Order: sequence, then structure tokens, then C-alpha cells
Amino acid sequence: MARLYEYQSKELLKEAGIRVPEGSAASSPEEARRITQEIGKPVVIKIQVWVTGRAGLGGIQFAASPEEAKAKTQALLRMKVKNFIVEKVLVEEKLAIESEYFAGLVIDDAAKSPLLVFSSVGGTGVEDIARKSPEKISRISIDVLKGLKKYEVRNMVRRTGLSGKVLTQLSSILARLYKVAHTYDARSVEINPLVLAEDGLVYAADCHFTVDDYAVFRHPELGIEVAREFDRPPTELERIAYHVEEKDHRGTFYFLQMMENIMEKDMALGFNGAGGGGSMMSMDAVLNRGFKLANYCDTSGNPSASKVYRAARIILSQPNIKGYFASGSGVASQEQFHSARGLVKAFYAEKMSIPAVIRLGGNFEEKAIEILEAYLKDIPGKVEGYGKDDPPEFCAQRMGELIKDNDFGLHRVVPVEETKPPSDCYSFDTVTGKISIDHNKCLDCRSHGCIEACSAGILQLHDGRPVLAIGKEDAKKGKCTECLACEIFCKFHARDAVFIDLPIPGLNEYRDKVIKNSNEMVRK
Amino acid sequence: MAILVNEKSRVIVQGITGREGMVRARLMKDYGTRVIAGVTPGKGGEFVYNIPVFDSVEEAWEKTGPIDISVVFVPAALVKNAALEAIDAGVKLIVLIPDRVPIHDVLEISRFAQLKGARFVGPNTLGLVSPGKAVIGMIGGRAEKASEWFRPGPIGVSSRSGGMTSAISYYLTEAGLGQSTIIHVGGDAVVGLSHPEVMELFERDGQTELIVMFGEIGSTQEERVAGLIEAGKLTKPVIVYIGGKAAKSGTRFSHAGAIVEGSRGSHAGKVEILKKVGAHVVDTIADIPRKATELIE
Repeated sequence: MARLYEYQSKELLKEAGIRVPEGSAASSPEEARRITQEIGKPVVIKIQVWVTGRAGLGGIQFAASPEEAKAKTQALLRMKVKNFIVEKVLVEEKLAIESEYFAGLVIDDAAKSPLLVFSSVGGTGVEDIARKSPEKISRISIDVLKGLKKYEVRNMVRRTGLSGKVLTQLSSILARLYKVAHTYDARSVEINPLVLAEDGLVYAADCHFTVDDYAVFRHPELGIEVAREFDRPPTELERIAYHVEEKDHRGTFYFLQMMENIMEKDMALGFNGAGGGGSMMSMDAVLNRGFKLANYCDTSGNPSASKVYRAARIILSQPNIKGYFASGSGVASQEQFHSARGLVKAFYAEKMSIPAVIRLGGNFEEKAIEILEAYLKDIPGKVEGYGKDDPPEFCAQRMGELIKDNDFGLHRVVPVEETKPPSDCYSFDTVTGKISIDHNKCLDCRSHGCIEACSAGILQLHDGRPVLAIGKEDAKKGKCTECLACEIFCKFHARDAVFIDLPIPGLNEYRDKVIKNSNEMVRK
Repeated sequence: MAILVNEKSRVIVQGITGREGMVRARLMKDYGTRVIAGVTPGKGGEFVYNIPVFDSVEEAWEKTGPIDISVVFVPAALVKNAALEAIDAGVKLIVLIPDRVPIHDVLEISRFAQLKGARFVGPNTLGLVSPGKAVIGMIGGRAEKASEWFRPGPIGVSSRSGGMTSAISYYLTEAGLGQSTIIHVGGDAVVGLSHPEVMELFERDGQTELIVMFGEIGSTQEERVAGLIEAGKLTKPVIVYIGGKAAKSGTRFSHAGAIVEGSRGSHAGKVEILKKVGAHVVDTIADIPRKATELIE
């Protein structure tokens, strides 16, 4: 669930006609001073971070004058709160509170409908109130085809014991709340507290709005960079990974870092699962053997070989891991050799020197294991491939034995040098990369096995050289599935004339920093 | 018997000319599923593996006769319209394969299906198989593997994880235990047929003697299954594995969610309530065939 900050949430409410306190976000003390001056009243200054209980953390301050607002903001900005650095504060008029209510909307998985919840008591501890005084809470399951009717929200508010002018105001707010939730594909919205001020008007004093990750594409105006819920800001490596996922929708690629500053004693593994259930089962297996996970990663749903390659390169950008462990459900419906080829390209490029246990069970697992073992036997590390009849517990045990019986050491992030063909050679673009073929090398090649290897069947021989049998535009649109088979065949069985460039924006810069850091550590 | 699909079910594929649609139409046809038509707007008149393609579901129905099941392989953003089209044409079971379908779209499909008396599986599902009869979706990948991995028998399998649907069924087959129907209910927060609804179908199915359920943390599906057992609406033995014990629980931000769900959704909560009502909760996947063998005997 992609979260919005309070100030963004309130902008949406305001646009929907729900009254919010006058104010706006500030990124500097001077900006806070100016906003306070414009408001012309005492203000409240609230840090904009995704944590609850901000008041208790000192993240909510009051100021009576623009100068005081400037000074208080100075102290709040750059403050570190649970994993977040404060980069913005919301400066808004201080309300004179008469009563507090609560309004929220969630998706009810049992009823398969949006559920609107209203409480005539709001503020902190609202779930305890719900338990102790159920009569103060009312809820309605919304019929999405009929929509939410005015009389329904009026009755909701009435049932909690409210009446009069506040009832009509609250009813209108609830109706608008559903509307804005629906318009922006909300996964949940919560206004707490909803405040009746001394001026007799009801204001949304705080708001949490989360947007459905799968619908973020419909709302570019929200400017959501990483459509996932984190309990901390995404790391640089997670951002790099997210942009890979965003640009290639073939299969799933999910990457989450679970450790920072990995040490030898941590026994940390790079983890590459496949499928939610299979990944959880596989994680349990390695955790039970005393390993830690440097990261969680899921490549599933029939990802392209190029996507698995990128995932592996990202996993291997974490220094000091002891091994690489890949395992999914074990009985996958998808053809497993695509993942195998992605791993081969990545491990080979990295000249990986740590052991890897790869469990690619399912369709064509024999071929997948053969690819791994045949092409990775010469890298410094050791790679073992397993299938559906090898349980994750056994694979975790093998991981432990490989680490224990050999002196592989820790994974080091080093610059990756790939031999690129001449820039003027034959080439064509693919969905996410570029394939170059050095035809000078093809002339004395007798096998031309690249053509047979191509799983999409889009290569043909022309004057003894492999070229596209289809238009370059079609290859770029996806007729070339980036299966990597031509490159791997040519590299290991023929002339090493094919090179597939699969850029990962930002990764080289990231790795340069990692390398610099580790060099500094060594000097110290 | 078996549930939801059998050898007589008349099936169409929406999005049959796309990458996945084409490959999986072949899997289904090779396995023996009666795939009578495909639908891709603008490609009417073409054929995919000898399956005729039409411009709309309505046209497919007019020209090939009644349709029992439509399996949808279109991009996520187009799933809602494809599903509504099939439901409107009169199809009573829709199987939504794609993942990343917006949740508000799923709610709309759900409500429309309810009004029209239709049901749906997914989204984000590998599909379902009634071994020896028919496969719907992409489960098994290839017909020969689907035939090898899944065998007819007395066990109903329902799973929230696609890979684990196949894995559990394969390990049961290896242990000499066949399956009535295996179904991946889908991995999303809101799905059409969820575990409790599938349990009720297995309860009424003559072939099913024992049920295996793979649950996960989050949602209220497993708790609702416990409710069925407690209410006496589910009397067949149920073996349960709940995944996600090792997962860190996320910070809960929604008070409304807490008001509605209380402590439901956690690994411990699900295990506890299922054990309490008498379900056979196991700790590892390897325990499933062992427990099933014991219970069948």
C-alpha cells in the first residue's frame, strides 16, 4: 500500500470538499514563517513522517508567531524519527477543539466491499473505544454499484447519538470521504480526529490515505515513487529494484533489504524466492538453520530471464553475504530454465565467489539444473541445482555444508567488466535492453546454434550471419522475449559473439559507493 | 464429481491471442479441457490451435453455444471490463489469471457477479484442475506435467499460494493420494471464491473425503473457515498449513482495520482458532502427505 503524507492526504480531502485547517507544507524554517504569516493566527507544526504517536515523540509543536514557527521548524526539520528523517512539516491553523470524531474506510475482504466506519468518539485509542462502547461506532458495507446514498450516511451518524447541524456536516463528510476514496483507489483512508471546532464547523484534523499499489498507474498526479508500504523510507537499492519492476511487467520482482552493515558472524544469505507461499516456506528452512537473510526477494509469475538476471545482480550488490539461496514452491508451472539462464548471466558477470544453492523445481527443472551446472562450473564459487524432489530443508542443509566445507569467504562487490562487442556491429533493441552480434566472429562459426537456441524463433541466417527474421520494431515490442539463450549458447559453445546489454539504472553508481566504503573500511 | 470444473465444462479463453493466453490455451486443450472458443476484440475469424476466435463473448456464445467458464488472460488494467463482459453474457464462472488488478475493480466485479448469480476465481490465480477431467488457467504449465503431477482421488486442495497449490498436490500424488479438485484461490487481498466458499463446495462434493488448505497471514479467510467448522457446516477433515510464521508483522496503520479485524490475520491467531475447532494444523509441508495418509486410512 502506497502511503501518502498527511499534507498530501489533506489536499485530496480539500479537493473533495472536506474542510481541512488552513495551511500547507514547508521544507524550510523560512517557508514555515511565511505560511504562518499568511495564516495570521497561532499555528500547529506537524512533522510529515509515516509514524503514529507523533505528539509523544515531540513531533507536534505550537507557535504563536511567524518567528516562533520559524524557530520551531528549524528544530523539527532533519529530526530522526524511527527510521525516518523529517524533510517536511505541515504548518496549519490551530483549531479550538470542541469534540473529536473518527471516520475511516477499509476494504472488507469477507464482504468484498468497501466498509465505512464512523465513531462519535475519536482521537487516540479509538479501537479501545470500539471494544468498550460499541454503540458509539457505526459502519456500513457499501454497494459499489449503487453507490453510497445520503440517507445511509445520515443514518450512520444518527445511530451514534448525534443530531442537528453537526449531523448534516458529518453526513456530508462521510459521503465525500467514500467518493474521494473511490476516485483515488484508496486501500484505506482514515480521518482521526475529525474535529468539531468552536466555530461550529467540522474539520479533518489529521488524515492517513493509502493508495492501492495496483492502481497507482492510474494516478500519476499523486507522484508516488515506490508503490509499496515500508516501515522506513526505501533504501537506494530498493529504489533501483523497484524501477526494474516498474519497467518490466513480465512476472513479479519484489526486493526488500532486511539487513544493513552485514558482518561475517551474521551468516547472511542473499535470498531469491519465487512465489509468496514458496518463498515463506524456503525462508523458514534457512532461518531454522541459523542463517540470516540479507534481503527478501521474489521473482515469480513467469518472469523473463532478463528480469531474473537483474534481480540476481541487485542481490549480489550486497557485500558480505555468505551464500546465494534461491528456492520457491518447488513445483512451478512455469518453465524454469528462463530463471536458470538469468542466474547464469548474472553469476558469470559477477564472477561470483560464494556458494549458491538454487532450487528450481517444476516444469523443465532438469533442463534448468543442467544449464546451471554446465555453465557455472568454472566460476570461483560453487553452484548446486535442485528440483521438486529436494525439500527446502535439504537445500538449506546443503547451503550450510557448502559454506562450512570450503573457504569461500564473504561476497565482495567488485566492478563488473563485460567484454562488449564493437559499437558499430549488428544490433537491435529489445523490451528492456539491446542485443549486439559481432558478425566478424560469426563467419567462421559452423554451429550457428544461436538460431536454434532462440526460444522465440526470431533469428535467421543471412549470408552466414545471424540476423532478425522479423522487423526490429517487433523485436523491441516484445517478440524478443529476452530469454538470453542466444548469448549463452554463443558464449559457451561458439564464438562469444553475442552480447545482451541489460542496463540497471543506478546500479553501477550504487556499487561504486559500496566499493568506496569497503575500501575505506579496509584502510581503517 | 469434483468441484467447479469437469470434463463436460465448456470453456472460453478471453485474451487468447496474447503471450500467456496462447500458451495456456494449448495446455488446457492438450489436457482435455473443452476449450470451445477464444475472444480477442479485433481478431474475430482467426484460429489459435484450431480454437475459433471471436470479437466478443456474446458472439462466442451465439456461434458456439452456452459457455460455462471463461478464463481471462488480458492485461490487469483491462480485467474489469473483460470480467463484466463475460458475466453480462451469462457466463457463471470466471477465472481471472492476471495479477496487479486494482482492488476497486475487483469489488465491482464481485458485486456485479453477485447480482447476476455468477462466481469468479482470482484475480492473481494459477487456476484450478480437476485431475483427469480438465485444467483451467496455467496450473501445471504443460499438459503432460499436469497429468503426471496431479492424479484423480479423494483430496480437495485449496491454496492461497499458486506454487504451493502445485507443490502440495504433487507431494500428495507422490504419496499415492489423488485429488478431486485443486484450486489456487488467488493471492490478493480480495478474491472471488475464497477458502471458506471453496470449503463449502468440497463439503458438498461426493468425491472429496479430505481437504487440504494452504493459508497465509493476512485477511480473514482462515478464521472464516474455522467459523464454518464450528458451526457444523464443514464436517470433512481439514489439514491446514499457515505460511508466514517467519514474516515480520507490518506496522498496522489503520485504526479502522483494527476496529473491524481485531486480532484476526496473524499467524498465531489463525493457528490457534483452527486448532481449537479441530482442524489438523501441520508445521511443515512434508507433514501434509503423512497426515493425509493417516486420515484416509
